Formats: sequence, C-alpha cells, structure tokens
Amino acid sequence: MGFDTKSLIDGIEAGKHGLSLLKDARLVEGQTYCSKINHEEVEKRFSAFDDPKQFTRLERLLILAIRSVLEQSGIRPDTRTGLIISTTKGNIDVLDPANGFQADRAYLPALGKVIQSYFDFKEDAVIISNACVSGILALSVAKRFINIEKYDQVIVCAGDLLSDFILSGFNSFQALSNEPCRPYCKNRKGINIGELAAAVLVTKHKEGLAEEALRALGTGSANDANHISGPSRTGEGLFRSITSAMKESGLDASGIHYISAHGTATDFNDNMEAIAFHRSGLGQCPLNSLKGYVGHTLGASGLMEAIVGMHSLNRNMLFSSLGFQESGVSEEIAVIKETRSAELRTFLKTASGFGGVNTAAIFEKVKH
Amino acid sequence: MADFISSYCHIAQNRVLLNGNEVFSSPDEDALNFLKSTYQWLKPGHPKFFKMDGLSKLAFIAAELLLKEEGLISEKEKDIAVVLSNKASSLDTDRKHQESINDAENYYPSPAVFVHTLPNICIGEISIRHKLYSENVFFVSDGFQAAMISNYSEALLKLGKTQRVLAGWVDWDSDSFEAFLYLTNNQGAIAHEAEIVSNLYQRK
Amino acid sequence: MTELINELKEKIITQLNLEDISVEDIADGDALFGSGLGLDSIDALELIVMLDKDYGIKLTDPKEGRKIFETVKVMAAYIEEHRSK
Repeated sequence: MGFDTKSLIDGIEAGKHGLSLLKDARLVEGQTYCSKINHEEVEKRFSAFDDPKQFTRLERLLILAIRSVLEQSGIRPDTRTGLIISTTKGNIDVLDPANGFQADRAYLPALGKVIQSYFDFKEDAVIISNACVSGILALSVAKRFINIEKYDQVIVCAGDLLSDFILSGFNSFQALSNEPCRPYCKNRKGINIGELAAAVLVTKHKEGLAEEALRALGTGSANDANHISGPSRTGEGLFRSITSAMKESGLDASGIHYISAHGTATDFNDNMEAIAFHRSGLGQCPLNSLKGYVGHTLGASGLMEAIVGMHSLNRNMLFSSLGFQESGVSEEIAVIKETRSAELRTFLKTASGFGGVNTAAIFEKVKH
Repeated sequence: MADFISSYCHIAQNRVLLNGNEVFSSPDEDALNFLKSTYQWLKPGHPKFFKMDGLSKLAFIAAELLLKEEGLISEKEKDIAVVLSNKASSLDTDRKHQESINDAENYYPSPAVFVHTLPNICIGEISIRHKLYSENVFFVSDGFQAAMISNYSEALLKLGKTQRVLAGWVDWDSDSFEAFLYLTNNQGAIAHEAEIVSNLYQRK
Repeated sequence: MTELINELKEKIITQLNLEDISVEDIADGDALFGSGLGLDSIDALELIVMLDKDYGIKLTDPKEGRKIFETVKVMAAYIEEHRSK
C-alpha cells in the first residue's frame, strides 16, 4: 500500500487492499493472505542515503518512517524529545538460523539503541511490547509523559515484520483465514497477518501542526483478567478502557463520531468488541476495522490505524470496513459498509490483544 | 500528590527477599525448579502456574508475595495497575518457538509456547490471578529504569487512572533471572521517588 | 485399547503441564474440559498438535476437537480408528 501515508490513505479510499495469497502446505488450510513489504524496494530507497546492509529489515523500516516525520516536522531531537518504539517481536527474523545478523540483535534494547543513535536522540528509546495494543498504548504513554513534563514532544514509531515465526504461531492457534479477512462478518474465518512500520510526532506545541493534526483527549487501558489468549465474554477490559478514555476526554457516547476498532476477524475477538461497544452505548456509532486493507500488523496496527483515523477526519470520510458482508456478532454495531462522506470531529481508536490487554484512545481534530 | 512504597521484593540467585529480608532460598536447584520450590513454599493454590513459562512464573511469584504480604489475596477485584519491564522480553520462549519451526521434518509448533512469546503475558497471569482489571504496560530496556518506571507509575496515580501500582523489573533469560517488584500505597514510610526506588533495587 | 488409554493419560499430563495430577486421578470417562480436568482452549489446541505429532491425525476444525476430546475413552477410540502412526 505504499511508502508514504498519502498512498496508504488514497488506496484505502479507493477500496484497494495490500493482501496477497500465500500458499504453504504447513498451514491448516494450505494458504492464507498477508500483506508483505517489498524489502528489495526498501533496500533501494535506503541506499539513497545510507548503507542498508548495516540494518535489519525492521530497523530500515523504522528509520525510513522516522526520517519522514522528522523531515515533515522540521524538528531535531533534543533533551526534551522522547523516542517511543512499539513492537511485539522486533528483530525476530534474526533468530532464524539462515539470517545473517547475530541472534542477540533480537534483544529489543539493541533495536532501541540502533534507532536512538541513528537520529541522535538524547535518551534511551522507551520500548513498549504489549501485544497488539502496543501501537495505540505507545500514544497513550507519550501523552502521559508529556503531561508529567518528562518530555515536550515524542516521536512514536511502531513496527512488526511478517515472519515464519508469527505465521507458524497463529497457525498453531488455527487463527489464520484462508481468504482475505472479514471483520465482524458472519462468514469470518480468522486473521491475515501484515507487516508495517509507522511513525508520528506527539507534541505539546500548538504551532506548526500538520493540517490533519489531532488532539488526544483521553486514553485508557484495562485488562480482561480472564484468560491469556481468549478475550472476556463480557468485553470487560475493553468496556473499562473506553469508559476511562471517555471520562478523561469529557465526552460521552454521543460525542464520538467514528470508531476505528480492532476487528481481527476471529470469532471471539470481534464478538467481544461488539459487546463492549454496545455496553458503552456505541452500538450506533459508525465503525470499521482496517484489517481488511493491510491485515493485522501487530505492534504497528494501533499506531497505523490511528494515523488512518487522523486522515479519515481530515477528509471527512468514513472508510468502509473492507471484507464485511453480513453481521456475525451478537450485538448490533454500525459497521461501515461503503466508503462515504461524513462530518467528523472526533473518533475512538481501540485495540485488544493476547494477555487480556485492551486500550482505548479518543481524538479530536485540531483544525475544524 | 506523591505516593509511598508499602512493600517490595527481590528474587534472584535462588533467594527471595521481602522488604530487604531473606524469606526463602533454595540454592542448589536450576531456575525452574527453584521457582517450583518457591511456589510450594508460598502455596498460592493456582495450578495454572505449571502451564506458565519461566518469565510468567517469576512474575507470578513476585506479585503473589507482595499481595499476600499486604493481605490482598481475595476474590474481589483490586484497582492496582501493573507496570513491568525487562531486558530480554520473551526471548527465552521465543527461542523455543523458533526451534520448533527450524526442522521441516519435525515441525510441530506449540500454541502454549507461542502464546508466551509476548512479555506482557506475565501481566495477564497476574491480572487473572488477582482480578486486576487495571492499566498495564510492559516496557523493555537495557537495565531497570527506576526513574522511568516510577515516573510513569506516578503519572497513572496522578491522572486517577489507578489507586495503586505494582511496578518493577522481571527479567528471564536462558542463563539468569531477576525480579524486583514494589507496591505503592497512599500511605507508608518509604516515599515513591525515583532515587529511592533505585536504591531499593540496588539493595539485593 | 487400555494401553493406549494409559499412554494418553500420561501424555495429557506431561503435554499440558498438569503438575499436580497423576494417571490414577484421571478416570477413563472423566470430562476433560469444563468441570472435569478443567482444560481450556489452549489445551485443546495442544491436544490437536499431539494428535498430529504422535498419531498422524490432522484435525482442522477445533470444534470437532471438543467432541473428540470429551473423555480419554472417546479420544482413544477416535485415535484407534484414525491413526496413521
């Protein structure tokens, strides 16, 4: 779906997806769909300014993303600038015996050091590895750090790779779909995995903001306290996260114009979300999952989906929840079936993950 | 509004220290057997312990110790956020999963192993055990970052996101393990400040 | 069949890390899921892997698994019928 935000958003608006067929006899269904990055293309782009061979696949992606944000914003990391990295598995590909890098590059602090020193950030990277909520949780943590005046601005980046490690793991859970995924749909069969890197600048400064900038009004996280891989049947953790974010933002359900939900297209996750949204009074709020466009990008998903939400609001467009045909959840939710225009000022981003984690964040357009 | 540290523990080198005092040790065992012995000494009555990987077992024991010390073992939910960190993430288990997929002739990846290839699973286990529907986060850093952890914990308290915080360091790697956890409270003798947290951590 | 049943009980205990349970504690007709041994969804998936690895049986529908794993006796009967190892 491209190497820049505009390509991604334009692609989503046009209803295009970046999923491709992967045939593998080891998979339960013999095949699945994933979104893959063209790493040769990445190497080529990277060579334009530095030697790609020194950096792992993920490091190249993160560096490209951060470079773009620094260029666009014109900021230079100083002592008041933080760096947060969100990832579930980091350089997991180096554990593969065929990989050329040393296995200890898999330590996340090593990844952090590479990124920190590349851009000369003054402090160590804060690395968050909290399953699939990491991307949106990283924004929550950035907001909190700025609130307590630990930093004035934070570069938040997120990334995860497509790998045999991940595919084999989700395959052992029988969680992979053999077709492009269908979040919330009656016919959903499971997830598609994707790989992606993204970066944003979170700042307390009101000047020089991009046209699409958002204000983070409130964030909250809560654990299901139920099971390490199965979500709560009552959507407890997600419901409490949303409640916490709403309380901090001063908004109630009527003040939320759009929900960018998690929607992985597993049986249990999607149903749990519908229950939680219903409990929060959000059953009528237009909602989508973006997993049908680029698959589930794990530690990157929360951040990337927040960025798409940002552009959704900027363009006043509700993007369709790609893959959805007919509701297959126990509570009524307002899944967006076709991309359409709408006056949007606020949105709620949610994510859930293994370990019973849930995070919710409410954003508002700065310029409207 | 600053809070206090009401109790803390260290678990390393087959010793368990509670508030600075050694309360259990089992010197000649390997790491997993040491944790099993600690479980048998603590008697939490939680058979799922044996399905956990090393990191989760270590975190579980440390949390159990502190909550038991504070008289908080109950069926009721508790508003205690969990803020943990380590250096090795879930690498010990990651390597096991990787091994299970390296040989095409013996390709049987295990879902129980795979689910543990995320460091925050240990927080999930603690949350399930103690009914913590609370804020949680898992950070990864080269060494224990007393300032970062205590600052973030204070932020959660200040913002009213939680009443108490269970925070610290739980590291598990192939050749060593170390846990340092503390619990905050709105009253107590030890101030919840970065330098104090750092000093408590050093005192092993 | 008795040999297979005992073998299964041993495998279940080691594979699923049921530390405080011994072969004698599992009756042939005891429910494995729900109230009996209290196994969960990850255990069910582990048993599916075990069926493949040790008996050459590939189960692609986890729901089918729940029926097959009802008791050790039911499991043994299914394995006897379908095993290729």
